[in-house]
Amino acid sequence: MKVVVDMNKCQDHGQCVFAAPDVFSMDGDGHLVYVAGPGEELRDEVEEAADVCPLQAIRIEG
Amino acid sequence: MTGRAVVVGASMGGLRAAEQLRAAGWTGAITVVGDEPHMPYNRPPLSKEVLAGKASFESLAFTPKAAAADVEWRLGTKVLAARLDERIVDLDDGEAIRYDGLVVATGMRPRRLRCPGPLAGRHTVRTLADAQGLRDELTRPDARVVVVGAGFIGCEVAATAIGLGVREVTVVDPLPLPMVGPLGELLGRALLRRHEERGVRFALGAGVAGFEGEDRVTGVVLGDGTVLPADVVVESVGSIANVEWLQDNGLDLSDGVLTDERLRIGGRPEVVAVGDVARFPNARYDGVPRRVEHWSIPTDTAKHAAKVLVTHLVGADGEMAPFAPLPTFWSDQHEFRLQSFGAPVLGKDDVRVLDGDPEGDVLVGYHTGGQLVGVVALGGQAAATGAARYRAQLLKSPALTA
Ligand SMILES: Cc1cc2nc3c(=O)[nH]c(=O)nc-3n(C[C@H](O)[C@H](O)[C@H](O)COP(=O)(O)OP(=O)(O)OC[C@H]3O[C@@H](n4cnc5c(N)ncnc54)[C@H](O)[C@@H]3O)c2cc1C
Repeated sequence: MKVVVDMNKCQDHGQCVFAAPDVFSMDGDGHLVYVAGPGEELRDEVEEAADVCPLQAIRIEG
Repeated sequence: MTGRAVVVGASMGGLRAAEQLRAAGWTGAITVVGDEPHMPYNRPPLSKEVLAGKASFESLAFTPKAAAADVEWRLGTKVLAARLDERIVDLDDGEAIRYDGLVVATGMRPRRLRCPGPLAGRHTVRTLADAQGLRDELTRPDARVVVVGAGFIGCEVAATAIGLGVREVTVVDPLPLPMVGPLGELLGRALLRRHEERGVRFALGAGVAGFEGEDRVTGVVLGDGTVLPADVVVESVGSIANVEWLQDNGLDLSDGVLTDERLRIGGRPEVVAVGDVARFPNARYDGVPRRVEHWSIPTDTAKHAAKVLVTHLVGADGEMAPFAPLPTFWSDQHEFRLQSFGAPVLGKDDVRVLDGDPEGDVLVGYHTGGQLVGVVALGGQAAATGAARYRAQLLKSPALTA
């Protein structure tokens, strides 16, 4: 599974961090960082994160 | 699995419901009927990026999940009536569709002011067409803009207009502070100051008595007789649930559609409601049914309602836990963000600053009976990150009793 975040859209709401803390987090400046190739066992979490992104900036490929 | 699930309303709630029916294991047909001409799109940017000319329809459209690729979309089609005893919905193109399961996802429409005066020049913001129409008028040189209603959408529109360079923006509200209804005085005052510093004017404590103008609006007449000159008026005075199509079924439609604690309506296990239109009791709080017009609710309700509906349709038993979402919302105004977790409105009598101060970035806690029931951050990222810390506490708090 490949995760792509459109960083032009991302506004650092952080909702994805609550939904999938193993994949998304905030750096010290409050900006999003994420794991681009998380394990398959995290798919449900990542789908949830994509759903709750207010900017709909998270895409799952494969 | 045979049979058909019909979803009425093709916005975020309708899309999430269709997707979650598949996720819950429904393999029968799914038809989504919606009266707007578009596939589901994201509404929050309508009062922000779309008005500011920074978003295209493509950037607003949701991307439906692959599992929902076989859903039938009946767009530009209105449901005129539901016959719940017969399990039929009647469409405005004359067709009647029989269903096995029904999802109500018809959301809200803006309330309009019913006072005398011309209609031209008066706007609301709910749909893409609304936002595009308003944008064209806001960008007229020297437009004088009056926003009626100092709630979320009114404050966002006023902020966006200032950002666009509109010189005269006045927000009118009979209440004494912006957003004081949901957030209380402390943040209401902080918001008022921030808006005024950025050039938004306010006429508070005054209602609208009427509009001046012949063919189109030229002024807004307040209850005390003051006239505010206006070329463009935005009415953001609340919303009305789209429930007329459900009448004559013996339902409680007094404010949205009343559901039980599992989002079923009218005691019928084959009919559920999702999104803004659902008035549901939240097991996290006091059991009083409320509608919640936050962006997170269509997704939360769709997940729960789809499971409840599919469990019934496939004849499986097993009661699910009652629905108990943690409400969250945000609002972007000028360069600052409001971020809320929980139910501030239930703790408005006991409001305390948890961190920071109202002049800058601030984190505010709302309590009832000594228990924290909501937190709201106002300001930059630091405040929002602070609020996130309290989110875990809110999730763990015991349920309120009635
Ligand atoms: C301008 C704006 C800005 C917002 N900003 C924020 C924000 O910053 N943060 C936040 O948390 N929330 C925000 N929200 C709230 C959020 O967008 C809503 O809670 C959400 O859109 C609700 O989705 P829904 O699917 O329940 O209802 P809706 O989006 O209202 O969808 C209902 C759909 O059903 C259709 N319909 C109605 N009746 C019928 C019928 N009889 N037959 C067929 N179709 C019908 C309607 O045309 C509509 O397309 C904002 C809302 C607006 C309007």
